[in-house]
Amino acid sequence: MQPFLDRSLSLEEQVSVETHLETCPWCSNRFRFEQELRGYVRVACSEEMPPSLKAKLAALRTPLL
Amino acid sequence: MSETDTEGRRIANEARDRVRFEEEALGLSDQVFRVARGLVNSREEAEDLVQQTYERAFRSWRSFTPGTNLRAWLLRILTNLNIDRARRVKRRPETQPMEEGDYFLYNKLEESAGRPLEEERVVERLSQDDVVGALSAVPHDFRDVLVLVDIGDFSYQDAAQILDIPIGTVMSRLHRARRVLKHELADRAVEAT
Repeated sequence: MQPFLDRSLSLEEQVSVETHLETCPWCSNRFRFEQELRGYVRVACSEEMPPSLKAKLAALRTPLL
Repeated sequence: MSETDTEGRRIANEARDRVRFEEEALGLSDQVFRVARGLVNSREEAEDLVQQTYERAFRSWRSFTPGTNLRAWLLRILTNLNIDRARRVKRRPETQPMEEGDYFLYNKLEESAGRPLEEERVVERLSQDDVVGALSAVPHDFRDVLVLVDIGDFSYQDAAQILDIPIGTVMSRLHRARRVLKHELADRAVEAT
């Protein structure tokens, strides 16, 4: 399941997983759950960069002569 | 052309390349911050880490090969700085090996609900703080890989290059990191019910 979610399977393997998911509620529930969990972890950990930091970084640039 | 002209041109070219490099690097700062925030436990630490990363990047800009992946190059600096930092602070003790499989969290939630989780949404069971807290409990070697792949969207290959470890190690650490994360999330989700 994890390699499938990471899209690291061969095309053939991927198709066989997809076909299986269509007919197996046990796996498809878990697949949906895993997929949603990943999306949620990503969203929950995304925090906007504070503007003050952006300004500090911009100030690190080499001054133009 | 006189020697002074050639020298003048060289300096002008270098200044132009440098400005271009700095602008490109600054354009990636949101993404760099997002990864940094996943790697450390507080926003303040993430800010320090990003600032140090840019200071070092701007100092050593000549070692970047134009045309290669600048985002990966910046994150390599960042993860190295983070490893140095983590060595200075006390290391979290190794967690016990995980006997349970990939569906630990799903199974735990299903068990506490008493039925299969058909349309139930993860977000209804876990707050943002739960996720951030769970991530910070993942030991840092594992967490680095998880953050790069799942939050930074890097391939296994890129993550291997950034962290300077073999691709097989990326995969095994990722596997382990996801399991630890799910155990941590399960503790929080079950507590909440």
